[in-house]
Amino acid sequence: MILHRRLVKDRIAYYLMLAGAGLSIALVPLIALALAGRASTLLDQQSLGKLMFSVTWSPLKGEFGFLPFVVGTFWVTGLAMVIAVPLCMLSAIYIAEYAPNRLRASVKPLIDLLAGIPSVVYGLWGILTIVPFLRDYLIPRLSGLTRIGLLNAENPTGYSVLSGGIVLAVMVFPVIISTLDEVFTAVPHGIREASLALGASRWQTIKGVVLRRASPGIIAAIVFGFSRAIGETMAVMMVVGNVAQIPRSIFDAGYPLPALIANNYGEMMSIPMYDAALMTAALVLLLVVFLFTLGARLILMQAMRSV
Amino acid sequence: MRHRWIRIEETLMLFLMRASLLVVLGSLVFILATILIKGLPALNLAMLTQIPRGGYYLGKEGGILNAITGSLALAGGATAISFCLALAVAIYLHNFCSSERWASVLRLALDVLWGIPSIVYGAFGFTVMLFIGLRASLLGGIVALVLLELPIMARTMDEVMNLVPSGLKEASHAVGATRLETAFKVVVRQTLPGLITALLLGFGRGIGDAASVLFTAGYTDRLPSSLFRPVASLPLAVFFQLGTPVADVRARAYASALILTGMILVISLLTRYFSRWGMRNVIR
Repeated sequence: MILHRRLVKDRIAYYLMLAGAGLSIALVPLIALALAGRASTLLDQQSLGKLMFSVTWSPLKGEFGFLPFVVGTFWVTGLAMVIAVPLCMLSAIYIAEYAPNRLRASVKPLIDLLAGIPSVVYGLWGILTIVPFLRDYLIPRLSGLTRIGLLNAENPTGYSVLSGGIVLAVMVFPVIISTLDEVFTAVPHGIREASLALGASRWQTIKGVVLRRASPGIIAAIVFGFSRAIGETMAVMMVVGNVAQIPRSIFDAGYPLPALIANNYGEMMSIPMYDAALMTAALVLLLVVFLFTLGARLILMQAMRSV
Repeated sequence: MRHRWIRIEETLMLFLMRASLLVVLGSLVFILATILIKGLPALNLAMLTQIPRGGYYLGKEGGILNAITGSLALAGGATAISFCLALAVAIYLHNFCSSERWASVLRLALDVLWGIPSIVYGAFGFTVMLFIGLRASLLGGIVALVLLELPIMARTMDEVMNLVPSGLKEASHAVGATRLETAFKVVVRQTLPGLITALLLGFGRGIGDAASVLFTAGYTDRLPSSLFRPVASLPLAVFFQLGTPVADVRARAYASALILTGMILVISLLTRYFSRWGMRNVIR
């Protein structure tokens, strides 16, 4: 009789835990469905493709063109990756291949700490240091100096896609570095030793053997950083200027999608279709991040298995 | 000649690598130093012990006790719920799930959830709240944060439980314990410090997140009193005070950021302490 009760308990626990596991799997479709439900009032009238490539954003007239926000998102994220990827690659190679164990053991918690800093704190740091640096030093020196459109400094405030990119780059450091470190340490020692035994230098070994072997993992790490960066909201919103325009230079203000959602939640219920438009933005963000993370995870799983 | 170039290249790359690592670690020091230098002068006891009085946002007296308690209530509630859910998922993965394939699908789902931006969780929470007719409230914020913390905690617990030798579980099964008994009397006991690490990790993430509570928890100058009323939170306190034109209030935003960063630092120190403690107790 006692045995029976224990088995029943085990059975009940099994179903409860299965429910928890099922919830975790069902959550992404559930979120997508809920957002799509809200977004449908807008999407029934205009196709997603048309919304994505339309430039005019005037909610009061019912015009919801997402292009400036999509372009703004890619500007900020792209700049962040341009800054972060080389720095992270070099740092991760050093941590994984060169650093003595003691240094390695003390660097990793610091990287974790960087990952734990809240995004408003990053944003505040951007406002206090990066924005004034651009405004007081970089922009005055550059204005009129170059004819390169990308460096045109017409916006003197410092609140720009470049500020957003720099802050975002620092935020994705830990994501990319820890993934890369995992990838590099998974490369078997034997092939390194084989290369060294043939007389290659350490850097030659890294260049010709380790990096080549780790290349799928490196791509995964970069995609990972990208998908983390694309959804970052508060920090970017605080430094990017939030002007609904298509940025033409790195010093122009931009307005990424997450900032659009966060900035307008207050009035979205008072203007018709506005909530549908913002939920469409959230849905697009979810789908992009979902595809990127899933892709990166699958590449990473494959890479780890082949090692 | 070629030999020489190889050495030059090696030295050059090594220099670049060291410089990059310095930039990465330097940015951490730079951020912490900026917050400390700007925040410390504005920090005082009243900030920590009082709620905003009349005219607080114009530079009059008061503090951000509403945001501190609000954040603790939000993150505490969410972490408690999330811990139970994540523990269920992790135990399911290690003690109940018999198919390796199904387990890897579940892990993949958790990893994908981990990557979803918090603003999306916020937006989702908001649509759910509209659906059931709930306004911005402590409960809404907790729900959004539970979703945010669940994958972090579940995956961390999963990693820790991976360290439990399967022989230990088999021994428990061999003496007649059920899967549930093995889970709680062997696995959970073996991994307790790791589970606490997961708890703290989730709590730290929850307390620092702004985008998900922006929609769902709202903001108020009062102390949290009911699950169905709006609550303030520290990240939003930083954000809103920063938005005012009054210099004194902006200085308080710096101090609020310092308080928040201090909490995160304490949590991360505790996390390190527990994870070390955990490694020592695991039977291998």
